[in-house]
Amino acid sequence: MKKFERFEGVVAPLDRANVDTDLIIPKQFLKSIKRTGFGVNLFDELRYLDEGQPDQDCSQRPLNPDFVLNQPRYENAEVLLARRNFGCGSSREHAPWALEDFGFKAIIAPSFADIFYNNAFKNGLLLITLEEDEVERLFQEVEEREGYALDVDLENQRIVTPRGEILEFQVDDFRKQCLLEGLDDIGITLKDEDAIRAFEEKHRQRRPWLFRQTA
Amino acid sequence: MSGQTLYDKLWEQHLVTQRDDGTALIYIDRQLLHEVTSPQAFEGLRLAKRKPWRLDANLATPDHNVPTTVKERAEGNSGIKDPVSLIQVQTLDDNCVEYGIEEFKINDPRQGIVHVVGPEQGATLPGMTVVCGDSHTATHGAFGALAHGIGTSEVEHVMATQCLLAQKMKNMQVRVEGELGLGVTAKDVVLAIIGKIGTAGGTGYAIEFAGSAIESLSMEGRMTVCNMAIEAGARVGMIAVDDTTIDYIGNRPFAPTAEQWEAAVADWRNLVSDPDATFDKVVTLKAEDIEPQVSWGTSPEMVTGISGQVPDPKAAPDDTVQRSHTRALEYMGLQPNQKITDIKLDKIFIGSCTNSRIEDLREAAKVAKGKKVADSIMLAMVVPGSGLVKRQAEEEGLDKIFIEAGFEWREPGCSMCLAMNADKLGAGEHCASTSNRNFEGRQGYGGRTHLVSPAMAAAAAIAGHFVDVRSLPANDATHAQEA
Ligand code: SF4
Repeated sequence: MKKFERFEGVVAPLDRANVDTDLIIPKQFLKSIKRTGFGVNLFDELRYLDEGQPDQDCSQRPLNPDFVLNQPRYENAEVLLARRNFGCGSSREHAPWALEDFGFKAIIAPSFADIFYNNAFKNGLLLITLEEDEVERLFQEVEEREGYALDVDLENQRIVTPRGEILEFQVDDFRKQCLLEGLDDIGITLKDEDAIRAFEEKHRQRRPWLFRQTA
Repeated sequence: MSGQTLYDKLWEQHLVTQRDDGTALIYIDRQLLHEVTSPQAFEGLRLAKRKPWRLDANLATPDHNVPTTVKERAEGNSGIKDPVSLIQVQTLDDNCVEYGIEEFKINDPRQGIVHVVGPEQGATLPGMTVVCGDSHTATHGAFGALAHGIGTSEVEHVMATQCLLAQKMKNMQVRVEGELGLGVTAKDVVLAIIGKIGTAGGTGYAIEFAGSAIESLSMEGRMTVCNMAIEAGARVGMIAVDDTTIDYIGNRPFAPTAEQWEAAVADWRNLVSDPDATFDKVVTLKAEDIEPQVSWGTSPEMVTGISGQVPDPKAAPDDTVQRSHTRALEYMGLQPNQKITDIKLDKIFIGSCTNSRIEDLREAAKVAKGKKVADSIMLAMVVPGSGLVKRQAEEEGLDKIFIEAGFEWREPGCSMCLAMNADKLGAGEHCASTSNRNFEGRQGYGGRTHLVSPAMAAAAAIAGHFVDVRSLPANDATHAQEA
């Protein structure tokens, strides 16, 4: 995983609550056995006017001009501004893969679905939870000003608006460190290998039926 | 000190280490694998030159992509026409062989939807931690297990370390008290719960479902309820262990035997919340207030009783809700205040990890028996949850009832629940579906899903539009038959 560095990124507003993972990346694209290349199909049903197929050349497809990410002013957006319960629905990690592959580094919303929250951090995507009224205000500001960009500073847990306003956010220390240092979870967990083995032995003695002898 | 909730107990029994920042390592007893969310995890293992920690904790079966017509299935993997789907199923097979993981392959009679297969085999036991790269893993919580849906990185993490990094959730109890009316099923209960607390109502919580109406449910019904915890925002749903649980498990292939069985049962009896346990949130519903439910929108919380009507967005409590209701009605092609019973249907889908178990099929068959699917219905299909469910249904003659009524009787798999295989809705088509998600495009591009119980789906198939199962003549229709 890449280290998460402070950046200033253009903000794209997605004004819609309960954005589910089927909407983020429709199921026909889940057939891939790779982790990359999902960006062109991010929000496929909203973004294109036709029905997308896997392995298709998306540059030839008709775009939906009304969809926010198709508007030139949001072309290079790196921050997605969203509404409540973003990422609800399935556990597909293809959703953060697609968002990241598209170029998003951070998403701001009043709330996120639990599984999506986990999946995003594991892929270096920062999720920032702000109060509903703060999000509302950002929506207005983004709308008003072309090229609206936020300075996203994970180290200090804050974002800075173009007017210099500072919005602070919470994130747990473990996730923060993993992102900042680009750490691989598995490597960290395996440092506790002895503790896991010791637990496993005790667990097996106490509840042997949980350990089925394979045929 | 106050007592522990069921969730507290399960958490404590599996806690390996707890870090200062609140993150913990939780030991995982069972991982279920399917073809969609595992290939990248295996690939990760391979790249890092890691081995699975404990092979016997894993069990795999393909389900999401498999075709469901008898003809295609007769050909095994080569019956999968879509080359990309085929690669995915083949990749699961190859990975299971390479690493030595037990797999029920496409034409194994034990193959099926992971959340049907696990419990059916006794591979899901009370007191286990169960994970699967699928958000409906909460299903297994019906057994007093701690079951999480996880992402692919976590699948890899569990394979490599036998642990999950987790933070303890808050405790929520949803109580359903009283007796369910005739024709009101587990599916209606859970849809009513979601309608009440919303799709984010359970975010951050582990939900325990309790109360006399929950206790009266069979294991199949309990699985239906826990299955949809995620549609209420909760990663985890669970129900305490009682005789119903223990009776279901006895003699299943992976269940403990002989003296281990006695010890296990004694241990499982403790898998209930202590009487003095406290919950961070308690929600109570009266069973008598719940009628058969139908979803009208594009989120499972957009649901109402069969006697109700489509809401008017103008009456929404705030702007965000108003916008989403307006958009939902537009997508669904429905009018404000339209009666639910006036919604006409094009297709019927009885299946999915929510409602494809034997009891679900019996309930639907009771309604369909001796009737005919309406001419206006283009396709009505019944897709059993596993090969074993299918076999049992055939032994009971349910397949004949469905076929005579004009339903298609299919091979097991996820099928039109998410339409990754060839079973899907066309744009604008309305479907009465026993699955769990009615998101835009879920069952096919532009498709319009209405979530209902199996009995309601069967009744809608016959009428061509939604009807109240309670109003059907000779309505003993919906009481599950004793096996
Ligand atoms: S039946 Fe549907 S919800 Fe269940 S596992 Fe399959 S695709 Fe997911």
